[in-house]
Amino acid sequence: MSSGSETHVDPTSDQQGAASSGAVTGGAEVGVGGREAGLWKDAWRQLRRSPLFVGSATTILLFTLMAAFPRLYLWYYPGSTDPRECSLTNSVGRPGAGAWFGYDLQGCDYYTQVIYGAKVSMIVGIATVVIAGAIAVVFGSIAGYYGGRIDTVIARITDIWFGIPLILGAIVFLNAIGQRGLLQVTLVLVAFSWMTMLRLMRSSTIERREADYVDAARALGADTRRIITRHILPNAIAPLIVYATITVGITIAVEATLSFLGVGLQLPAITWGLMINSSFRRILTAPHLLVFPGAFLSIVVLAFIVMGDALRDALDPRLR
Amino acid sequence: MGRYVARRLLQMVPVFFGSTLLIFAMVYLIPGDPIRALFGERQVSDATLESLRDRYNLDDPFLVQYGKYMGVLPDGEEGFSGVLQGDFGEDFRGREVSELMTERFPVTIRLAVAAIIIETVVGIIAGVMAGIRRNSFMDNLVLVSTTLVIAIPLFVLEFGAQLIFGLQLDWFPIAGLREGWVSYALPAMLLAALSLCYVARLTRTSIVENIRSDYVRTARAKGLSGQRVVGRHVLRNSLIPVVTFIGTDFGYLLGGAIVTETIFNLPGIGRAVFDGVTQREGAVVVGLITVLVIVFLVANLLVDVLYGVLDPRIRYE
Repeated sequence: MSSGSETHVDPTSDQQGAASSGAVTGGAEVGVGGREAGLWKDAWRQLRRSPLFVGSATTILLFTLMAAFPRLYLWYYPGSTDPRECSLTNSVGRPGAGAWFGYDLQGCDYYTQVIYGAKVSMIVGIATVVIAGAIAVVFGSIAGYYGGRIDTVIARITDIWFGIPLILGAIVFLNAIGQRGLLQVTLVLVAFSWMTMLRLMRSSTIERREADYVDAARALGADTRRIITRHILPNAIAPLIVYATITVGITIAVEATLSFLGVGLQLPAITWGLMINSSFRRILTAPHLLVFPGAFLSIVVLAFIVMGDALRDALDPRLR
Repeated sequence: MGRYVARRLLQMVPVFFGSTLLIFAMVYLIPGDPIRALFGERQVSDATLESLRDRYNLDDPFLVQYGKYMGVLPDGEEGFSGVLQGDFGEDFRGREVSELMTERFPVTIRLAVAAIIIETVVGIIAGVMAGIRRNSFMDNLVLVSTTLVIAIPLFVLEFGAQLIFGLQLDWFPIAGLREGWVSYALPAMLLAALSLCYVARLTRTSIVENIRSDYVRTARAKGLSGQRVVGRHVLRNSLIPVVTFIGTDFGYLLGGAIVTETIFNLPGIGRAVFDGVTQREGAVVVGLITVLVIVFLVANLLVDVLYGVLDPRIRYE
């Protein structure tokens, strides 16, 4: 049995041992496919084996599914599966077999509410970071690549925005807007979260602007746009990706905080922050109304932060 | 040193006016009637509307409005009266926002100072214990517990603590200020919790980096005790980024104070912001947040100056 498997271990190797042949093909692969940035391939290899990354990615996937298809989580659910179907006779009912998370003040099934609440958090968190990240990538790499006056202008504008802490700025801005929906909250959060990402992008572009491979591309006649998008960006974007992942989590927490403070989304929107807002004065009589949305919120934020940490470990070559 | 401070002060001027202008613009450039927007769905008398319109000089060009609000430009017969003179407007009952501030600020200051002391002491101790022995049990404990606390949103953490330490165990008062200093204990610890984690992690990273450096090896080679090497040599150098963080953290503490004071029912500035939002007192919210942003900017400036004092390498360029 053992001798049989030995002969079949590596049919591609001719006379050489299996190990050395592997090393040769591995080396050739890097040489040919090297343009796609070895950093990412290496990182992926490391991430696949990291339990923290796999765990957080699975959690994020579960919550993404919850946001996109809440019905998936209500398939065999014994209670009411319509978040708007409420009966006051059930008001503040305790968790039980018929309603896993109990009922809220209006007598709506709380499990169904919490499941439907994922949508707002995930959309606001991801959309904010994608938009703010896009702003940061475009202006950060322009500022970093060109330097000079354009850099000064962008840096000064960033300084000014940096003077306003996220929560304070968002409160003033949102308080002045009468109707606050998903779009308004997202845009206001974007307005106060692009600065750090822009600075990251700018400094990592500056680091790579004078690299030999960029000079080489320039000597080969590549135009500025190609140099930035094909050569600098893929290498300079790693710190931004790490920070952005963590920021998705932070943004979700901030959105819930704003909803809780009464300047986020407004009823009848279903969000975890609003659920906590409407139940926090009943902490003594109905703690379950706080515990469930609070726990879901914390798990999702934790998943993004852990994923960011795992990405940093994989993408930062200095730590290897 | 003097030149460094002067340069920082000069750089601060555009940031100061830029940030306040941004806040002002957010509120007063939004389409529609800004005075109406300040009130939201509330009904107001025409007389109040008129006086506010006059107070915010809404018939002037935007930048002039801002100049008068800040007190940089003279405002009719009142002369220079604006933010720079300590005039932050008034609420709909005609009460000065500055009066509200003098009443509420002591509570917030006490809360913030207590939080900063807690985060500095506990955070640095935890960071040092984790950093001097990398990958030890203590190190992993600090890393895991800080990740957990960072991930739980502040208000969820506070409700949890209120439930457990206030109601189940009955260790702390959970609302109001009736019990004097003890009333600040739980809210200050929670307000400090998140920053404490960052302080601990920052101290840890910084110590891990410094402990391998040449000067530490020299100190050890001289025969200094481990305690003295860590206390006098490693810690001094490692704490520079930590000090900066604690200063810039002020902005977060002020934002966090809004949540903390609301949950623990403390009559501070943060609670006033929350009440302003729920009662739709737009002018109060704008006034208070403008002050908080100014406090934040001044704290940042102080940290920058302190940074120059602590690290002689920063001064020259």
